[in-house]
Amino acid sequence: MATPPNADQAIALNRFGLGARADDTAPADPRQWLLSQMDHYEMAPAAFASADTSAKIASQYREDRADLKADAKDDDADAKAAAMKALRQKGQELYRAEVAMRVASALTTPTPFLERLVYFWSNHFAVSADKPQVTILAGAFEREAIRPHVLGRFEDMLMAVERHPAMLFFLDQVRSAGPNSKLADRVERNGNKRKIGINENLAREIMELHTLGVRTGYTQGDVTQFALALSGWSIGGLNVKTEGDETAGFKFRPPLHEPGPKTIIGKTYQQQGEGQARAVLHDLASSNATALHLATKLARHFIADDPPDEAVAALQAAFVSSRGDLPTVYHTLIDLKAAWTPQQVKFKTPWEWTVSALRGLGITTVADMPVAPMLNQLGQPVWRPRSPAGYDDIAASWAAPDALVRRVEVAQRLTRKLDLDPRQLAPRILPDISNMTSTEVGRAESLRTGLALLIVSPDFQRR
Amino acid sequence: MIHRRQFLRFAAAGAGSLLLAPHIVFANVATERRFVFIIQRGAADGLNTVVPYADPAYAGLRGDLAIDPATALKLDGTFALHSSLAELAKMYSAKQALFVQAVASPYRDRSHFDGQNVLETGGVNPYQLKDGWLNRLVSLMPKSRGDAIAFAPTIPLALRGSAEVTSYAPSNLKDADDDLLTRVSTLYDADPQLHALWSEAMQARGLADQQKAGQSPQDVGRTAATFLGRADGPRIAMIETNGWDTHSAQAGRLGNQLRGLDALIGALRDGLGDNWNQTTVFVATEFGRTAAANGTQGTDHGTASAAMVVGGAVKGGRILSDWPGLSAKALYEGRDLAPTLDLDALIATVAAESLHLDPELTMRTLFPDRPFNKALSGLISA
Repeated sequence: MATPPNADQAIALNRFGLGARADDTAPADPRQWLLSQMDHYEMAPAAFASADTSAKIASQYREDRADLKADAKDDDADAKAAAMKALRQKGQELYRAEVAMRVASALTTPTPFLERLVYFWSNHFAVSADKPQVTILAGAFEREAIRPHVLGRFEDMLMAVERHPAMLFFLDQVRSAGPNSKLADRVERNGNKRKIGINENLAREIMELHTLGVRTGYTQGDVTQFALALSGWSIGGLNVKTEGDETAGFKFRPPLHEPGPKTIIGKTYQQQGEGQARAVLHDLASSNATALHLATKLARHFIADDPPDEAVAALQAAFVSSRGDLPTVYHTLIDLKAAWTPQQVKFKTPWEWTVSALRGLGITTVADMPVAPMLNQLGQPVWRPRSPAGYDDIAASWAAPDALVRRVEVAQRLTRKLDLDPRQLAPRILPDISNMTSTEVGRAESLRTGLALLIVSPDFQRR
Repeated sequence: MIHRRQFLRFAAAGAGSLLLAPHIVFANVATERRFVFIIQRGAADGLNTVVPYADPAYAGLRGDLAIDPATALKLDGTFALHSSLAELAKMYSAKQALFVQAVASPYRDRSHFDGQNVLETGGVNPYQLKDGWLNRLVSLMPKSRGDAIAFAPTIPLALRGSAEVTSYAPSNLKDADDDLLTRVSTLYDADPQLHALWSEAMQARGLADQQKAGQSPQDVGRTAATFLGRADGPRIAMIETNGWDTHSAQAGRLGNQLRGLDALIGALRDGLGDNWNQTTVFVATEFGRTAAANGTQGTDHGTASAAMVVGGAVKGGRILSDWPGLSAKALYEGRDLAPTLDLDALIATVAAESLHLDPELTMRTLFPDRPFNKALSGLISA
C-alpha cells in the first residue's frame, strides 16, 4: 500500500528530520529532499562560530587551573576547595554554552536529516561529561571527531573518535602503559612504587560498543591484546605530567607502548608503535560484525525499536559493499520501504522532542533559555549518558509517567509567550495530523493551551 | 485527602481549588478610580452561575447538573447565585454587585480562540482589530507614569496596544495548570501507551505532592489589591482566569472555579479597604454554554452567558437582564441561551461610568463598529 503524500512529508520532516519548523513548507518530493541535503551539509555551521577548538579549550583550562592554584595557598584547604569549585563552575558554564550552540544549530540548520545523523553518531560514540576534562571537551569532540565525518567513511570517523582527547580521557586511555614498556622499566629501575599498567577500558568499548558489538566472538584475551596495542595512545598537554606539552590532542607516547607483536581475533599485528592499533582499528571497521552492529542501530533509530531483519540486512550489505561509505548507507536507508511506514513507532527522546517542539513553535533562538538545565529536567542531559553505550534508542527508556508530565510542564512554559494560532500551525508541522489531535487542539481553552497540547499530542511525541 | 489532580483525572468531588491560574496586568493612569477586568477563559457557564431557577425549562434541561434552588443563594424571584459565590452574594445584599444575564459579544460561532479574540479586541469579527479594548481604555485616561515594565510572561490581548501598561505575574510556572492536564488526559485517552503512562503519572503525583503551595485565588486578589491600593499605583488591571471549559464533570469543576473567583474578588475587596468604594470589577467570558447538559455531565459551547459588575461604586443589588427564557423556541439555534444584551455596550458603559469618561466616546473607542446603548446608563455611581 502506497503511503499518502502527506504521510511521506510528515515522515521526511519528523522521522528523518528534526521536526518541521513553523515556517517550513512540506517538501514536494520528500525522498529527494532528504537526498539533496547531502549536497548542502555544513560541517561547521554558523551556530558554532563562537566555539573554540579542543586545543584552545584545554589550554584555557590549564591556565585557569594554574591561576586558581596560585591564588590558593598550599596549606589552606578551604581556599583550595574554593578554587576547585570555581574551576568546576567554569567548566559548567562552558558546557551550557556548548549545549546552547548545539540547540541553536538544530533550530537553524538547512539540513536537519544530517544534523540528526550527527546526533546519531555522536551518541554511538558517546562520551559522558562527568569527568571535568570531558565536560569541557564534549562539544568540541562532536565538532572535531563526528561532524567532519558524517558524510565520509566509517573508518575515518572511528579513527578521529578514538584519537580525540575527550574519548581518550573518558575511557581512561591517557596513562595506559604496557608492563614491558620503557616507562615501566624506568619506574622499576628507580625503585619507584608508582603503579604502571594497562587500562583495558578503551579497547573493550571500541570492540563492544564502537565496532563489533557485544558477544560477537572476541575474547578477553583479544581485549587485553588490543589494549596492549593501544598503549601509548595518549594526549598532549592537559593533566598529563610528562614532557610538558602545551597542546591538547592526540599524542603517541612511545615510552608507554608495549613492544612486540599482538594477536587479536586470530590475526597477528607486527606493526610497531602507533601504527599497530591503527591497523587493528582498520580491521575492526571493515568487519562484518561491525556492519551488522551499525546497521541494526541505524535501523532501530529510523525504523523501529525492534527493526525488521530485511531492513538491517539491506543496510549491512550497503555498508559492506561500499566499505563503510556512509552516504551509500544513507541512500539505502532512504530507499527502505520499512522506513516510510506511516505508523509512528519511534517515541521521541527528550532531545528529539525538545528540538522538534522549539522548531515547531517557531523558536529560533535559545539565547535567553536555560536549555541545558531543561534537557536535564526532561531526563536527557546533552553529552551525559553516564555510560559509554550512550543513550538508549528505544521507547521503554523514555516513555515514562513522570517524563510525560515534565514534557507537559515544559510545553506550558515554552508556549506561554507565543501568539500563534495552533489550528493553523498544526497541519504545517504535522502534515499527517490525526483527527483526534486536530480536534482537541482546536478545542483548547486558549491559544497557548492549544499550542501546548499540540506539542504533547501523541502525534508529536512520536516520529 | 484527594489531590486536585486526581480529582480532575477521575472527576471525584471535593478537591481544593487552584484552578484559577491567573495573572495580573496593570496600567498606570491618573485617577483615583479603579477598573478591573477579569476574563474567564473557556466559556463560563452563566446558567449555573446566575441560575434562572424559576424558569420552567431550567431543571429539565440541566438534569443532574441543575442547581437546586434550595442550596443556591436567592437573588430575586427569578435568579439565584451558585452556592460557591458567598462573598458575591454578600456584595449583592450590600448593593455592590450587579449580575447581568443573557449577554454576549457580537461573536456567534463557538471557537474559544476566536471568541476570546473578539471579546478582547472589541472587534466584530475575529482578528479584525489588532489591539485590545482595555488598552484603548487606558489611552482615554490621562497618563500618570511612563516607565511601565512587564513582569507578566505576556500581556493579554485585551491590554495590548499602543498605551503603555505595567504588568506583574507571580511566577508559578513549575506546574502545568489543571486545565492543560485535563485536556492532555482527553487527548491521551485513545492512545493505549500514553493513556496508561499518564494515568499512572497523575496518580503518582496526587500521592506525592499533597496540595503544593501555589498562587491561590486569595493571593491573587490580595496582590492585585496591593498594587491598586497604592496612592501612586496602577488604576486599571486585568486578571486572567483559566479552566472554565467544563465539557465533563461540570458540577465539581464549576463549583471550584466559582469558589476561586469568589475568593479572589473577596480578597480584592478586603485588600482595597476604603479604595473599594472607587473600584469596579467587571467579570466576563467569551461565550456561554449549551442550555442542556450533555452526555458527560457537562455542557458544550454555547452563546449567551452571564457577566458580573462588582464594586463599592456599583449601583448593585439587582439583575440586569431581558430574560429570553429557556423554552425550546426561545433558545438560540435550538440549543443555547439567546443573547438579549450586548456585552460590548455593557463594558463600555460600565468602564466609562467607573472612570468618569464620556460613555459615547468610550463606546466608539473601545468598540468602534458597535452601537451605543443609551438605556444602559446609571450602573455606577458618580
